[in-house]
This record gives sequence, structure tokens and C-alpha cells, in this order.
Amino acid sequence: MYQYDTLDKEMLADRSAEFRGQVARRLSGELTEDQFKPLRLMNGLYLQLHAYMLRVAIPYGSLNPAQLRKLAWIGRTYDKGYGHFTTRTNLQFHWIKLADTPDILDHLASVDMHAIQTSGNCIRNTTTDPYAGATAEEVDDPRVWAEAIRQWSTFHPEFSFLPRKFKIAITAAPKDRTAARVHDIGLVLKRARDGALGFEVIVGGGMGRTPYVGPTIKEFLPVNRLLSYLEAILRVYNRHGRRDNIYKARIKILVAALGKDEFAKQVEAEWAKIDRDAGEGGADLPDTELARIRGAFATATFETLPAVSEAFETAKASTPAFARFVRNNVKPHKKPGYGIVEISLKGIGDTPGDATSEQMETVADLAERYGQNDIRVTHEQNLVLPHVRLDDIPSVWAGLAEAGIATANINLVSDIIACPGLDYCALANARAIPIAQHIAEKFRDPDRAEKVGELKIKISGCINACGHHHVGHIGILGVDKKGEEFYQLTLGGSGAEDASLGSILGPALPYDRVAGAVDTLVDVYLREREDGERFLDTFRRTGVAPFKEAVYADAH
Amino acid sequence: MPTLIELKDGVCRPAEDPFTHVADDEDLPPGDVIVSLTRFQQEGDRLLSEGRRVGVRLKSDEEVEALAYDLPRLAVVAFDFPKYRDGRSYTNARLVRERYGFKAEVRAVGDVLREQAGFMARVGFDAFEPADDASANEWQAAIRRYRHVYQRAADGRAPAFVEREA
Repeated sequence: MYQYDTLDKEMLADRSAEFRGQVARRLSGELTEDQFKPLRLMNGLYLQLHAYMLRVAIPYGSLNPAQLRKLAWIGRTYDKGYGHFTTRTNLQFHWIKLADTPDILDHLASVDMHAIQTSGNCIRNTTTDPYAGATAEEVDDPRVWAEAIRQWSTFHPEFSFLPRKFKIAITAAPKDRTAARVHDIGLVLKRARDGALGFEVIVGGGMGRTPYVGPTIKEFLPVNRLLSYLEAILRVYNRHGRRDNIYKARIKILVAALGKDEFAKQVEAEWAKIDRDAGEGGADLPDTELARIRGAFATATFETLPAVSEAFETAKASTPAFARFVRNNVKPHKKPGYGIVEISLKGIGDTPGDATSEQMETVADLAERYGQNDIRVTHEQNLVLPHVRLDDIPSVWAGLAEAGIATANINLVSDIIACPGLDYCALANARAIPIAQHIAEKFRDPDRAEKVGELKIKISGCINACGHHHVGHIGILGVDKKGEEFYQLTLGGSGAEDASLGSILGPALPYDRVAGAVDTLVDVYLREREDGERFLDTFRRTGVAPFKEAVYADAH
Repeated sequence: MPTLIELKDGVCRPAEDPFTHVADDEDLPPGDVIVSLTRFQQEGDRLLSEGRRVGVRLKSDEEVEALAYDLPRLAVVAFDFPKYRDGRSYTNARLVRERYGFKAEVRAVGDVLREQAGFMARVGFDAFEPADDASANEWQAAIRRYRHVYQRAADGRAPAFVEREA
């Protein structure tokens, strides 16, 4: 993993000192809430329905045990003993007191963490593949570029007041676990025939009230030219993105208005000028710095192990619950004798993405003991131990089970993304968390959930789409109808490499009919599916008709 | 009249402002003036021929490219921040320095707050009309807040990746 050096650490210390001064000015009354708002929003501090919410950055979803323990400690000391992992792979504390925030930032800085650019109209945390460095699918380690972007985008003097927030995702595997095509910029790392590395650059995807699957504007950008090209994109956006309407200010609207070819042409023209401006020093990172960053990610060391572990096989044969965990939560590792372990934060009846301080400490301990001190957060709000010896997976499972986080449901119907919704968020129209809980309850029987197979349900409490409902195999959107909570269902979305936006099933349903409707949709799928089809595949083959008919049958 | 803060060789000082901002519908006073792009395009030659120093104030939706051929004649280019959230003037300022090599004063006007001072200095602003009554000392503290920077910009500061090689 990348280790912060003195320079990185001093940046955080300076930020912390700055924010302490700003909070002092607010508490003394020198700043009004109106004046303070933009300052706190530069630091991930939101005023929500009940309290302040602090969003802590987890750059590209990568944590070490000391960091996760510190988050656990902050949750216990300053919050209600838990934290909420987000779809941006960050962590939110929902019950924070303003006066405590400077101390919290100091504690975070002590483990190289911060809340920089977790809000505001700036470049936010970059998402990358949670299996980076562990999966055989990737052409190279995407974290190198995620870290380069982290540094380049941090306190960027030109791009800290963009028309709207800006999110980048990088994947290096054909199977996309980052939702790259629905980001402001999606980068897909590829290797050319001659072995050179380059990015396919996708711009202008997004969700919210105007969802788009982003178009590709460059097929192959040489990797070492990444930052200057990003600069060109951001400059075109900063100058020409709309600022008159918050709902039309994301880059997707600009790309759609210009058309992808015209947008690409403007970016190329600006890029050429940036090169000329830069002269000898160049506008990109020097190879020495790229090599330094790359070296920091090459530190995982693997033993030479047999591909088959006797302990692992014995445990699977003797313990059905462990076998189920392996079937659903353990993924192939690039090294023989290792596995990638996914930890579900979607226990039946729990709030998706929440982890208690004790659970965080358990994961930190397990990562330290069995997992090369490496922990990842996924945009689907789960955790990953990317490097675990197969021999050790039974012990990891036992530890997780004891902490109540061994739910064997990764990618299954109860592995639901949900935004905080009306339970926490001032923007929401409807609750999202209890809907997720009701659906999970319906599929409490793990045999049935496994029989259903991969099914991604995503729930947003309002049109801002923080729960990614547009790209759910089943998407659920909370709407307000004359003060009552209703839910619009969409089918057939995907945020993966086969990205698509869901289509509306029919009229919105009342709160108490949503979980039952999902149950009905699943029954239709089980009836209609052909060999090997996922829910999504069946839907794409049959279209909406059989699903619609079943859900609205009793309304006729 | 707002206080002007000048940044020279890394030091912020309060300064007398010799320039008068003149609105498009105002009569021209004698002396050094800052006018809009429109007015400059109509009256710039005459103003310059009168022997006074002339500056141009660009709105955030005007692009510095419009001034490209006039820059050598200007004593000040002022970029407006109608709201602190409108970040277009950061790009204009950076371009006027990096792309057009403009060496005279680049001034920030409008909703200019000390929280943004560090960013403004980095993209090449060297004169500020603070809207928050910040003193030159407070401005200085804001600009020096961070010991390091991660990117190249128009201020010549060595980014972290250069510091690391030293």
C-alpha cells in the first residue's frame, strides 16, 4: 500500500489546523452558518436532519488496520458506536458535534486520514477496483493511477470550484467493479498489442435525475499522459459547464449538449495547448514519481502455496455454512493458495453499509493476522480482505461469524445498496433503509437467495440517486406523493461493464407493497429463466411485460 | 473603496489603489482606470492614447482569449468572482499567466474571500480586493497555510513530486 511521506502528512496537518481555525471562528460567532457552510462543506461536514454528518475520505477504498481501528474508535468516542460506508467508498459518521470536529480531524490525521474533498463542487474520491492487486483479471494495478489522481486533485487551485461535484473511477479488469460508465470520468486500463498501457477514457456518465451511460471520447490514452489529459477535460468543463441550474451542471449535461465528438475535439485542442504551455517540464508526472508510487503498491509478498488447501477443503466439506460463505463471498486470487474474501455489511435486517466499532475492530484484527494489513471498501458498501491464504479462510470466517458479519450474500438479492434516505438525509423524499430491510427479510432463507443468484437491488430515497437505482437490476426510487412515500421500480439497469439504465416498471407503489413486489419479480424470473441466466439476462430477453403483468395483476 | 492587497515576492501588503473601476454607464474620471471588456473594445485605443494606465475587468463568462492581442498594452487584468463558487476566473487567471505570459497585475475582484486566497495566488493572482474585510496579514496567513502543493500551477511553487526528488 501507498505510505504517506512527510510531505503528505504535513499537508494533512496544515488542513487540520486551518479547519480548527474556521470552527473556532464559527463557534465564537465571527462566522454565521451561511458563511461557515462553504468552509465546512470543503471538509466533508454536512448539517443533516438530526446532527452534523462527517464524511471521512477513504482514498480509492484502501485502508490499513490502524486506520480502520481509528475509525472504530472515533465511532465509539464521538458517534453512537458505528459508521456508515458509502457508495463512494468513504465512511460517514452521522451523529457528530461541531465542536468535536477539529479533534476528530487531528485523530484522523494521526493515521494519515482526512475529510478533504468529500463534499463540495470539486474532484471527489476516486473509485477503483476493490480487488486491485489481487485479481488475475487486471492488466495492471489501477491503484497507482488512483493515487496519482489523489495527489493531483488535492487542493487543485484551478478545479476546486467546478460547476458541480466531479467523480472519477478507474478499473483495470474487464469485469468492472467500479461502475466506470456512470461516472463523470471512467478510466479503463488496457494493454495495447505492443504491451503499452493506456486508458479508454469515458466521459459524461452519471445518475441523478438525468442518467447517462457515458460515451468513450478516447480509445487509448498513453498512461503517462493521464494527468494532462484530465486537466484538459476539467478545464473545458470548468469553463463551459452550466452554472445556472444545479440539476444541469454535471459534465454529463455538457457532453450530451455538445455531442461526444465535439466535446472530444475541444478536449484534444485544449490538451495540445497545455503541452505547449508546459514546455520542458511537461504537464504530466515525471516517470520517477510514477515509479515511486508504483513501488509503494508492489509490497504485497506471497508465499508459494499449493493451489488446493487441505484445511480449506476439509472445512467446506464438514461445515455447510462455511461452504456457503465460500460459494458467495470468496473470489479467486491471482496467486495459487490465496483467496479474496468479501465481507458483507448487508446482514439481514441491518442497515446496508453500517459497521459497528466492534465489527471494524474485528476486520482490522483479521486483516492484520491473516490479510497482509490490507482492507478495501467496495462501492457496493461491503469490505474486502484481498489477500488471504486459503488455509486461513476458515479462521477468518469464524472471526467474522463471531462479529455477526459472515453473511454469505455477496451479489445476492439481499446485498442491497441503499442511500441513508429519509432516516438521515435532508434531501430525501422517502425512506430507503427500511425498504432494504424488508426485502432482505423476504429472502432470509439463504437457499432461496442462492437459488435466485446474482441480483443487484439498489435503492435511492430521492432523485439524486445516491443509491444508484438507475443501474440496479432492480432499482427502487423513493418519491413523495402528497406527503406519502411511494416507490418507482425500474428493471434491467447495470453499472458493470454491460452498463445500462433501468426502465420503469409501472406506476409507483406504496411503501408497504415494495418488498412484496420484489418477491413477485423474483418469482417471475424463476419461472421464466433459461439455463444460466441471471435476473438481468432474463429481463433483457423477455422485456418488461411478464414482470409488469405479475406486479400489477391485482390492480386490474 | 475596498482595500487593495498586493502580493509581491511572497509577501502581502495593503496598497493604495491608483485605479478607478468605471462602470459602463459612468463618465470617465481622470487617471488610471479599469473598464469592462465591452468598453475597452470600444474606447480602449482612445484611453491608452491619453497617457493613462488602463486595466480590463473580465466577467466570469468572458474568456481571456478575447484579450489576447491587447495584453501587452494593459496594466491590469481583473477577473471577477460574482460568487466565490464561480470558479471560471481561476482558469482565466492561469491561462493569462501560463499561456499568454502576462507579467503585469492580475487582480481578483468580486466575492473574493480569504478562504480562496491560496487557490488564487496559485493560479497567478497578485492583487486582491477582499470582500470580507480581511487584512493583509490574514491574507498572508491564508496564502502560506500549506507548506506543500501537489500540482504545478502559475505561481512557480515546486510541487511535491519535485520536492521529493530534491
